[in-house]
Amino acid sequence: MPAPAIETENLAKQYPYGFLHLKKKTSLEGLTMQVEEGEVFGLLGPNGAGKSTTIKLLMGIIFPTSGRARMLGKPVSDVAMHHHIGYLPEQPYFYDYLTASEVLDYFARFHGYGHVERAQRVARMLKKVGLETAGKIQLRKYSKGMLQRVGLAQAILHDPKLVILDEPMSGLDPVGRREVRDIILELKNGGKTILFSTHILPDAEVLCDRVGVIAGGRLRGVGAPDAIVTMKTVGMEILFELPESNAGAEKICAKAAKSGTGYRLGVGENELYAALEELRGAGGKILSVTQIKPTLEDFFMELVGKDRAQAAAVEVSGR
Amino acid sequence: MNRVLIVTRNTFREAVRDRVLYNLVVFALLMIASAVVVGQISMDIETVVMISLGLSAISLIGLLIALFTGVGLVSKEIDKRTLHAVLAKPLRRWEFLLGKFLGLTLTLAVNTAAMAAGLFLALLFVKHSLTRGDSAVLVAVYFILLKLMLVVALAMLFSCFTSPLLAILFTGGLYIAGLFVSELRSLEATNLTPQMQKFFAVVSYVLPNFGNYDVMGAAAHGRSIAGNLVLYNTLYTLLYCAILLAAAAAVFSRKDLK
Repeated sequence: MPAPAIETENLAKQYPYGFLHLKKKTSLEGLTMQVEEGEVFGLLGPNGAGKSTTIKLLMGIIFPTSGRARMLGKPVSDVAMHHHIGYLPEQPYFYDYLTASEVLDYFARFHGYGHVERAQRVARMLKKVGLETAGKIQLRKYSKGMLQRVGLAQAILHDPKLVILDEPMSGLDPVGRREVRDIILELKNGGKTILFSTHILPDAEVLCDRVGVIAGGRLRGVGAPDAIVTMKTVGMEILFELPESNAGAEKICAKAAKSGTGYRLGVGENELYAALEELRGAGGKILSVTQIKPTLEDFFMELVGKDRAQAAAVEVSGR
Repeated sequence: MNRVLIVTRNTFREAVRDRVLYNLVVFALLMIASAVVVGQISMDIETVVMISLGLSAISLIGLLIALFTGVGLVSKEIDKRTLHAVLAKPLRRWEFLLGKFLGLTLTLAVNTAAMAAGLFLALLFVKHSLTRGDSAVLVAVYFILLKLMLVVALAMLFSCFTSPLLAILFTGGLYIAGLFVSELRSLEATNLTPQMQKFFAVVSYVLPNFGNYDVMGAAAHGRSIAGNLVLYNTLYTLLYCAILLAAAAAVFSRKDLK
């Protein structure tokens, strides 16, 4: 059985603070999780939850206070393993005196490619992220979204087995986000393992095989988005219309919400048939009956509900 | 080593595209040119004045670049978070540090060479020919470069564990203290207690001896500089830089980046 692409065991990170650094703030505690080879794993959580801390620990940008982490079967301290890993930092910033072509060429050199190979890869990546016409412009003239694209290009330039993306949709317009989604799906279809953090839940629902929700520095739950959102039916929704001259329907109309020309009525599963009978008796025309299931957003909000202040930062408008 | 040279090349490229460095070098060349004028109003010692002023300008501008750029080599990358993507490549942190050091050393070497060329052109303009004695000026320029390498290594070490401002202050302070190493050693002949004499003796050997690099007087007067001193200063600089960079790498290798 192949080793997981990523595995962490009781990974924790504390930051000292205060004048003498005697106080400690916990950013991550007891993180134990696995990302299997070939899957797309989404790390969800509000701002400051510990998503970026987790990724920085994996990439060796910061060091754990305790616990262990391995990627591709090797300890994260093994820098040679970075030949097979692509990483997009959160809000990436590159040498602004270089052009996009130059910065990609610079990064490609670390992987030992020759001149021709580098030039081909750089051109291919610029095209893939939609920057083929801006490749000769210095990065200091780039917008945040364009830098994000450069960041994505350098992360996948060397065809890595494992791609780690920290907030890959950040700073992108809807078109850019769609393009990044397509690239992630393309990587997935190519058999790559992808770990990405986000607080934009619809992205995770669309892209991820599994998601892990982090809040307050702790992993609160892991599972497939479908499994999470279909774990239980919370009720039934009846969409119906009523004839205008129906005097006996006030009772049911009072319980329903007006929706266009019809009404929307939410009832419990065990109340469904009684409600349908009542509607038939009132001469109503039933348009549809659907199950109401919790969304990933509901699941997320429930898990982080203990910390409402943080949960408020969750961006749910990206749908 | 190849990875180190990739960082070196990029560091040099950054310097080449930095207009501030050009301005500083132009300023140094202007100072050297003005030395020609000052030299002409200095009866009989115009060459001495020219060489002294020229070498001082090269040293001063080099120190400014070594100090401020040296401190920024690592701290700027941490602040701007450009390091995150770089360290995600198969590159060890010590390789990054060494590459940065070599990159700035190369930059300083090119800048110093450009300024030295300006000084020799000025000498040629005044004297109409160069003599064997002028080779001492070359050695003096080489010593300035060695001195700058040591300043860069110091600046890099301090910038690995403190703020840029403090790193500048510490490096500047050690540079000034390092100019007085020979005076510290001569304290043995004073009325200090034996313990204090021992303390100052130890301090004098730990401090970087920047006084060793000052051969401006000999160069200005056309006196030859001993080959032993060239060898000693070269080895001293390489060893001291290696120790400072090893210490910087030890600190940087365990540093949490923001």
